[in-house]
Amino acid sequence: MATRRELLLAATGGCLIGRVWASDGAGTVAQVEALAALPGKKPLIRRSFRPPNFETPLADLAAPLTDNGAFFVRYHLTVIPRIDPDSWRLQVSGASARRALTLSLAELRSGFEQVEVVAVNQCAGNRRGLFTPRVPGVQWGGGAMGNARWRGVRLREVLQRAGVAADALEVVFGGADAPVLPATPAFVKSLPVERALDESTLVAFEMNGRPLPHWNGAPARLVVPGWVGTYWMKHLASIRIEPRAFDGFWMKTAYRVPTGAFPGARFTSQETAETTPVTELLVNSLIVSPGSGARLSRGAHAELAGKAWDGGAGIEGVEVSVDGGQRWRDATLQRDLGRFAWREFRFVLDTSRAGRLDVAVRARSRNGAKQPDKLTPNPSGYHDNIVQAVSLEIA
Amino acid sequence: MKVALARLPALATAALVLGGAGGWLGAAEPLVPAQLKEETVRLKDAPGRELTEGRCNICHSLDYIPSNAPAMNRAVWQKEVQKMRDRFGGPLTDEEARQILDYLDGNYSGKP
Repeated sequence: MATRRELLLAATGGCLIGRVWASDGAGTVAQVEALAALPGKKPLIRRSFRPPNFETPLADLAAPLTDNGAFFVRYHLTVIPRIDPDSWRLQVSGASARRALTLSLAELRSGFEQVEVVAVNQCAGNRRGLFTPRVPGVQWGGGAMGNARWRGVRLREVLQRAGVAADALEVVFGGADAPVLPATPAFVKSLPVERALDESTLVAFEMNGRPLPHWNGAPARLVVPGWVGTYWMKHLASIRIEPRAFDGFWMKTAYRVPTGAFPGARFTSQETAETTPVTELLVNSLIVSPGSGARLSRGAHAELAGKAWDGGAGIEGVEVSVDGGQRWRDATLQRDLGRFAWREFRFVLDTSRAGRLDVAVRARSRNGAKQPDKLTPNPSGYHDNIVQAVSLEIA
Repeated sequence: MKVALARLPALATAALVLGGAGGWLGAAEPLVPAQLKEETVRLKDAPGRELTEGRCNICHSLDYIPSNAPAMNRAVWQKEVQKMRDRFGGPLTDEEARQILDYLDGNYSGKP
C-alpha cells in the first residue's frame, strides 16, 4: 500500500525538489503515533513509553520559545529518579582537575554569574523516521526539537573553580538516570575540553524563566548551544575533567557518523578513520504553517511561517520557492533572539491562481552553508536537514 | 498480568541501582507511568511471542518493535538482538536469542 508521502510525491510528477511532509509534520512514521501526556507535560506525540520518548506536535513549535510543557522528551534509560533539588549535589572531579568540588544547587546559583542563552535543543535523530531507506531507532518526526531560554552558570567557571590542568583533553558528564540492568552502559557523554570551556556552555537550572521540568533534566542539565541534544546531559550528577578520551558506549559506539561526511566541529579525540561523533547542528528549517495539504482561499491573504536555525553561526537568510526550485525569493526574517536560537521567517504566498501550490524552503547560514536537496545516508539516521516542501491547495 | 510479572526483576534491580547512588536521589519514576497504559502494546500472536515480550520488556516497552518494523529485515534484527545481549547485557541464551530473532523477523520485518 502506498504511503501518504509516496502518493504526494507521485502527484508532483517528480519535478518538486525537497521532501513533502504530511500535515502533522511527522511524515509517514505514524504507525504507533498517539498523543499522550507524561505527568506534568502536555499531550505529546508518543514514540515510546519506556524509556519515555515524546516529541512536540508541530502546532507547539509555532511560538518563538517552546513551552516547557510541550518540550520534547528523550531518554535512553528507564530508571529516572525524581530529584530533591535541596539535597542534590554536583560532583566535579577527574584526573585533570586540580581539586574536587561538591556543589549544591544554592551554591551553583549564588557562587557563579548567572547567564541566559536562547538556544535550539535538537535531538541528533530528529526526523529519523523520515529517512529513506528507513533506519532503526526511535522513529522521530520533526518534533524532537525546541527553542528555549536557558538560564544557569557557565560551565567554564565551574571547571575553573576546580582547576583545569594543562593535560585536560575531555570533560565527561554523568546524569542521575540509570539502566535497569547493571550491565547496561550508563548514559555518560564527553565534550572536547575546548567546547566545555566555551563561554556558551552552561550548567542550566531554568528554562523559559521556570525551574527545569522533571522530564527535561531537573534540577540541572548541561546546555551546549549549537551541538546536538545528546550532549545536553539531563539530571546532571557528575563532571570529570580527564586527560584521556572517554571510552564508554555512548561515545565510542553510539551517536557517530561517517568521518568526513558532514560539516561542523570535529571531535578529534573521539575520531577514527571510519566514524566520528555527531557534533554541531546543521543549517535547517521547518515550515510550521500552513501544514502540507492545507486548503487556502483563492485571493485571500496567506502567509508561510516557520523557523530556521544552525549550529551557532546564525541564519543569514531563508529562501522560498513556489515553482519547484527554479526561482528562490527571500522570506522575511523575524526577531533575532541570538545566534543559537531559531529564527522565525514569514513569506506572503500568492493565492491569485487556483490549483496546487508546491512550496519549498531553504535556509542559509552566515557561514555560507545551505540546506541540501539530498539526504546524506548514515546508519543511525542523523543530520536530516534536507529542503522541506509542503503541498498546498488554492481553491 | 504476564507483562507485570516480566517486569518484577527489572523493578528489583532498579531499586538496587538507586540504593547505591547516594542520598539525594528521590524515588524513581515508576518504569511506566500508569496513566500511559503501556500494557495496551501487545505483539503479534505467534510462536516466540511470550519469550520476546518477557525479555525485551525488562529494559524497554514493546512499542519499539512495531515502530521499527519498517526499518527491519533479518540481518538488522540480528544486529539488534546481539546489541541488546552483548552491549546492554540482556540475559539471553543463544537458543533464546535465536527464537527471538525468528519471532521478530517473522512478524516485524517490514510491516508493523
